[in-house]
Order: sequence, then structure tokens, then C-alpha cells
Amino acid sequence: MRELADATLLAAVAVGSVRGASALAGASWPRRSPATAILLWQALGLAGGLAAVGAFVAVGVNDEHPGGVAAGVLTVARRFASGRLASRGEAPLLTLLHITCLAAGMALLAVLWWMLVMAFAVVVQARRRQRELLTLLAHGDPKAPGALVVDHPAAAAYCLPGIRSKIVVSVGTLDLLPPAELAAVLAHERAHVRARHDLVLIPFTSLRRAFPRSRLIARAHWTVALLIEMMADDHALRTLVDRALVERGQPLPARELAMALLRFGAAGPSCAPEGALAVGGGEITARVDRLLEPPPPLPRPAQAGIILASALLITSVILLLVI
Amino acid sequence: MEVLWQSDSALTVREVSNGLPQNLAHTTVMTVLDRLAKKGFARRERDGRAWRYRPAATREAYVAELMLTALDQTGDRTAALARFAQSVTGTEADALRTALARLEGHSSGGDTRGL
Repeated sequence: MRELADATLLAAVAVGSVRGASALAGASWPRRSPATAILLWQALGLAGGLAAVGAFVAVGVNDEHPGGVAAGVLTVARRFASGRLASRGEAPLLTLLHITCLAAGMALLAVLWWMLVMAFAVVVQARRRQRELLTLLAHGDPKAPGALVVDHPAAAAYCLPGIRSKIVVSVGTLDLLPPAELAAVLAHERAHVRARHDLVLIPFTSLRRAFPRSRLIARAHWTVALLIEMMADDHALRTLVDRALVERGQPLPARELAMALLRFGAAGPSCAPEGALAVGGGEITARVDRLLEPPPPLPRPAQAGIILASALLITSVILLLVI
Repeated sequence: MEVLWQSDSALTVREVSNGLPQNLAHTTVMTVLDRLAKKGFARRERDGRAWRYRPAATREAYVAELMLTALDQTGDRTAALARFAQSVTGTEADALRTALARLEGHSSGGDTRGL
């Protein structure tokens, strides 16, 4: 019976994570402390995934033995290896239920894992291609120190994260932005590169590939991407403010960054492909508002509470699986 | 690669060497061209005892490919690149333009006050 209790608890954690995620997607506090909110998103995602897999497996290994779900899987594997599908004196219908649940749990785990591996592979391949193309096409420019420049009239600024990271801007960007705003954009991209924000986003991209029809996952992905941008905005401001203190008389960096964002957003092609804004939209407005009227960060105790809750959530799932 | 793009016909290693602004060893140029061919950026064909190289696609085609990923116009946001901002369309773009005009008005106002 212990496995059934484990299964119920794990299922409760999984459902709770989904509920928590939809509440978090609608909350307004994450824009005040993006880093803390991202940590909570990660905890909810990991706990929800592990608990869902664990709940299925726990029903599947409903066996009489000491130890938790993980030990149960070992016992069942040993039994399967010795050629017996059912445990002693088990009704055939019950055996079928157990095996189905076990298979469902394992399949879910395999899908999640495979999608994560695939997401990494796609990213690695796309970056390699970009790097090769940049080697052929890009050149340096004194207007954008530390960045590669590509000859194209459209405005684009991005970074290629990785061990040999690169920051790239197009000639269109150099024409669009005054020097101070360009410096703000470059600082934003450097923040991405330094903090390896790309690694935060990859699991959410893989979840979205695994469940393309889930509205909640699409929203989670979009929200985390936006929070990462806000975090990079904050980092960029901090480095720019340090420099502005040295060169006095400079305008406030927050305004420079906001202006650059507005120029970028408004510089787009007159017609975008249909459905390109299906999930996005409002992203630039949200960032500009936040830069121009920065909301106060969450008080320290609240931040500590969220971090503690994230840690407890993960620990409880692991304990349920192991003990 | 620039030399290959500027030429109309396929070039030998010697011809590419001559087209380069700096003086490079024959083997260096050969290695680079060989690597370009392996990566699919150049095609090569036999001409007697030498290879002749030509670009696999125009420079513009590669720039277009690069920018297509950079601008991410498919709407499928991959984590391969971290973009500064996506451009938007329609009413949102109009709203951004209005906000930009307002901010620019502010800054010129601030300047005159400064004077």
C-alpha cells in the first residue's frame, strides 16, 4: 500500500506544480525580481515533470517491499528479468494495470529526456552554422567595439552564446541607433553571454517541443524568455551606470536602453508572417515600461521565502522518489 | 572566399593566391579552400591535375540565411541565439512609434531646458 500513498503524493505534487505554474504565469511580481521568479519556474518545471513520471511509476511498481519508488523499479526489473510479469498471487487485471502505468511513466521520462537532448542538439547545430557563416561574412567595425558586423540593412542584434561567444549586429542596427543606445544594446548582449542565459531557456524550449499544444507550457516558455530579457536589461544597466559615473553628464542608461528597444520594435518589416505573434506580443512594451518606471524589487524576506519554497519543492519530490 | 565570390569562373589555388591582398603560402591557401569545400561553402571540380573552386552560393544568399535565423521570422523562438528584441507589426508597432516620438520630444525638451 505504501506505493499507492507515494503515488497519490507525487500526483498531488504534479497537479500542484501545474496549478502553481498557471498562477505564476498570471502573477505581476515576477517583473520586480526576475531572477527569483526564474528559479521558481525552474523548480516548478522540474518538480512537475519528475512527480508526474514518479506517480505513474509508483503505481506500476506497487509491490510489497521496503524502500521507495526507485527501489521498487529495481525490484520489478529483477522480477521481469527472471521472466515473471506478475508478483505472487496477483490478479491478471491488476498486473495489466501495473505494467501499463509503469510503461506510461517510463515513456514520459523517455520523451522528456529525448526532447531535452534534441533541443541541445538543435541549438548546437544552429550555432555551429551561424559561426561558420559569421567567419565568412562578418567583420569588425570601430562603431561597435567587441562585436561582429554583418552587412544587412535590417536591424538585428544578437549573441551567439557558448564557449567562444560572439556578439553580432547588422549594419542596419548601426544606422538605426545613436552610439549611446548601441552601447546599451551591446551591454545587454554581453550580460546574456556572461550569465549563460541560454542554458536557462533550453529546458523550456524542449518542453514546448514535447507538448506543442499545451497553452500553459507555451506561456511558461514565453514568460521565462521575457524574464531572462528583463534580467539582461538589469545587468546591462548596472554595468552602464558604473561607466556613467566615470563619464559624468551622460544621460540615464535606462532611457537609452528603452529608446533602443522602441527603435528596434518599430523598425520591423511592414508585414510579418501570419501567426508570428501567436504567443509573443507586448514583450517590448513590458520591457520599456519596466525600464522607464522600474518597479521596486521584492523585499528580501519574500525573495528568501520563494527560494526556500523552490528548494523544498525539489527536495520533497526527490525524497518521495528515493525513500 | 571573397576572391571566389568576385570571380565569374572557377579558380585554381594559384589564381586564388594571386587574388589575395596578402602573400600566403600555396599550401595555406590550398588547406583553406579544401576546408571550405568540405563544409559545403565551395564546390570543386577536376581540371587536369589541379582542382578548380567556385562558391556554392552567392554572398547574398549566405547573408540572407544568417539574417533569417537572426531575425527569427518563423516565430519559433529557439534558444540558439539570444536576440536583443524582436520587431513587431500592426497596432503594437504603432504604439511603439508613438512612445518613441514622445520620448524623443522629452529629450529635446530636456536639452533646451539645459541651455
